[in-house]
Amino acid sequence: MRAEELVSRLSRFLPAEAILHEEALLRPYECDALSIYRHVPLAVVLPVNEIEVQEILRVCFRMQIAVVARGAGTGLSGGALPVPNGIVLALTKLNQILDIDPLARTARVQPGVTNAAISEAANEFGLYYAPDPSSQIACSIGGNVAENSGGVHCLKYGLTLQNILSLRTVTIDGELLTVGSQGLDAPGYDLLALMTGSEGLLGVITEVTVKLLPIPEYAQVVLAAFDDVAQAGQAVANIISAGIIPAGLEMMDQGATRAVEAFIHAGYPLDAAAVLLCESDGSRDDVETEISRIMQVMRESGATQMTCSQSEAERLQLWSGRKAAFPAVGRLASDYYCMDGTIPRKALAAVLNRIAELSAHYRLACVNVFHAGDGNLHPLIMFDANHPDELRRAEEFGGAILELCIAVGGTITGEHGVGTEKINHMCIQFGTAELKTFHGIKTAFDRYALLNPGKAVPTLQRCAEFGAMHVKRGQEKFPELPRF
Amino acid sequence: MDAILNQYQELIGSAVARKTTLCIRGGGSKEFYGNSLSGEIFDTNAYCGVVDYDPGELVITARCGTPLSEIETTLRANDQMLAFEPPYFAPNATLGGCIAAGLSGPRRASTGAIRDYLLGVRMLNGLGEDLYFGGRVMKNVAGYDVTRFLAGSLGTLGVILQASLKVLPLPQYEMTLNFEIDAASAIAKLNRWVGLGIPISASCHVDKHLTVRLSGSESRLAALRQTLGGERVAQDVSFWKAIRDHTHDFFQTDQPLWRLSIKSSAPPLKISDKQLVEWNGSMRWCQGGLEPSTARRVAETHGGHATLFRSNDNKHSVFHPLPLLMLNLHKRLKQTFDPHLIFNPGRMYPEF
Ligand SMILES: Cc1cc2nc3c(=O)[nH]c(=O)nc-3n(C[C@H](O)[C@H](O)[C@H](O)COP(=O)(O)OP(=O)(O)OC[C@H]3O[C@@H](n4cnc5c(N)ncnc54)[C@H](O)[C@@H]3O)c2cc1C
Repeated sequence: MRAEELVSRLSRFLPAEAILHEEALLRPYECDALSIYRHVPLAVVLPVNEIEVQEILRVCFRMQIAVVARGAGTGLSGGALPVPNGIVLALTKLNQILDIDPLARTARVQPGVTNAAISEAANEFGLYYAPDPSSQIACSIGGNVAENSGGVHCLKYGLTLQNILSLRTVTIDGELLTVGSQGLDAPGYDLLALMTGSEGLLGVITEVTVKLLPIPEYAQVVLAAFDDVAQAGQAVANIISAGIIPAGLEMMDQGATRAVEAFIHAGYPLDAAAVLLCESDGSRDDVETEISRIMQVMRESGATQMTCSQSEAERLQLWSGRKAAFPAVGRLASDYYCMDGTIPRKALAAVLNRIAELSAHYRLACVNVFHAGDGNLHPLIMFDANHPDELRRAEEFGGAILELCIAVGGTITGEHGVGTEKINHMCIQFGTAELKTFHGIKTAFDRYALLNPGKAVPTLQRCAEFGAMHVKRGQEKFPELPRF
Repeated sequence: MDAILNQYQELIGSAVARKTTLCIRGGGSKEFYGNSLSGEIFDTNAYCGVVDYDPGELVITARCGTPLSEIETTLRANDQMLAFEPPYFAPNATLGGCIAAGLSGPRRASTGAIRDYLLGVRMLNGLGEDLYFGGRVMKNVAGYDVTRFLAGSLGTLGVILQASLKVLPLPQYEMTLNFEIDAASAIAKLNRWVGLGIPISASCHVDKHLTVRLSGSESRLAALRQTLGGERVAQDVSFWKAIRDHTHDFFQTDQPLWRLSIKSSAPPLKISDKQLVEWNGSMRWCQGGLEPSTARRVAETHGGHATLFRSNDNKHSVFHPLPLLMLNLHKRLKQTFDPHLIFNPGRMYPEF
């Protein structure tokens, strides 16, 4: 009934192909890249411009129908998961690069443009868009903003927030709201910071002005092998302490390097307990100086073997393993579950050891590939979703990792967002008063909670049902771990 | 410190009960900034001290009343810095005031604003509730980014009690060069240089002189010195301090000072003949009795906004007016944090 009325109202201004409501056509939208959660939406609507977005939202607002914005659906936390009786607003057809200003080094793009397409278009001016999530050939810039996505190079160049200037957004009642400016700040409260990473709960992004950077003249990467995970973790801390901010600093444990080498041949040593990939970029002079400093620190930190790329082909070869890590793990297990906690760098070794213990406890393999430079972990838990007990254990294992991250002073998500997946763990990370503040912010933008309801911020009731207590600072959850 | 905290919470409780307002004040170094002040002084100086600093983590955590100078001295001893080069405006500037004012200095265009370095905060809201947002880690997307949202909120949302900031290593080497050149060419040159990857960490054009600070390895800067030319500036540290804190000659005047934050490549503005350009063109300081409507129209034309940064009167519409939808949203956000409207009323906009 409601679906019929909605379709009839939308049909007044949208062509038939812009409204999907037959079951078979809805299926592809029933989940994002976290496919353990699925829902079939009421309908999927595909606007081609901002005015249509405004009209669609007005209709939904009047009919009080929930709206889940969706970019490319590569999210890993169930952020774009449809909600029962809600529509999916798919922004893939808003895919134009509107303008590139080479002198001011900015690009104005629609939300459905893929991350990689921006850099491709800017290439002719010697410029690029710095944040580089591994999903960059598929994920949309709108999704990147909604998740505040990062990538291998955000250690030096920042996350999405540090690389955008302004957004055009549409509020739930169909009004246009521009945040940020073409300058480096904007009047009033910093709504650009508030909306970036807000997971589609505050508004629908219809245009993004991004900053572009000059393509570095030169880049080199060092691969260093370690006999011991703790030593590799210490090497990361030593590099940072030496005053070096590498362009990227990634770590893979033995499980990950073995999975990768079985998949593509990147040349990683199979006997190392962990490897680090550390990149330097900039002018040739600066890179050569920095690389020699990095290699010295690695050596002093106990690296057993080091390879430094001597050509662009070698550099890409060394990175290819890291980039293929997820699919490589995907070959070994029917399903894997990617976690995303961030911890203080000095807790790396202790946390990795604890994850290994948890892996034994839950009887599920887990490999680690992650952004070591900013302490952002990506444990990949391998399981078989057709096996109900394995799915349950995988979720519990994941939950235990999140609690571990909170316990050492970290956070449950560094870049993938809370979405549906980590909603319960928000109850552990935040107390009632903080959650109430989040709800107040949501209400200020979206009084009836129609935008992506049930995601990102749990209700107090949900926290009560989940039963987990917020760990008040000072109370210890994993007493065996050193405290930071 | 807990006693001070209790006292703060009582002050807030009693303001709510008595329906009075509070004017949050650290060192008072930025009292000139924003609309006129009102309310009882709420002094944050006593809640001070560095709580935690681990150079290897690149994170410092300190209480709001900590003098900014103490933080910067501590960092410098470890060859680290606050990369947004915060303006002091007076020696007694505190960390809390620095965050609330949200102002960044000469390094802003190359390394980012104060909000980019804020990792977590502890705050008291308008109900006296003790809240924590963010944390001490580099990447964190759990919940809305309240931490960064507080930067520049001018104390209208609550008392920032404590903050964790990301810090950066000091640049290996810095060199300041001076060029004699007009404003239009300076703006074009700066935009082009940045696009070519020249490591400009500060820039300033005033009175036909472009001054540029470069940061990087010594050999790189030596090579750049050859290609760029220009005169080497010997007193570079004091020069950039004077730009940062507005003690440079340009700022020594009784005339009103406008701050126009606009697109970096915009040509020199025709609205005032006394202008100082910073941030590779993104920041234009304009002096003189400009019509507010003119300043605002010009800023909007170039994609930005205009603030009456310093003046002796007209302290009720300092900031660029907000569209109605935006203003109403601001009021609702203010109410979320401070439902009884007790903190810094009118300091940002007269409506809240
Ligand atoms: C193999 C793989 C590797 C990945 N690597 C990384 C990585 O390195 N770093 C990283 O950060 N992430 C990574 N991700 C996660 C994911 O790609 C990012 O979160 C990405 O930003 C999501 O973009 P999307 O367009 O697919 O968004 P979707 O999944 O479609 O949506 C994500 C969220 O954004 C909201 N949203 C989307 N578009 C809009 C809009 N226009 N307006 C408002 N809200 C909107 C949705 O409602 C949802 O909450 C990876 C994912 C995969 C599958």
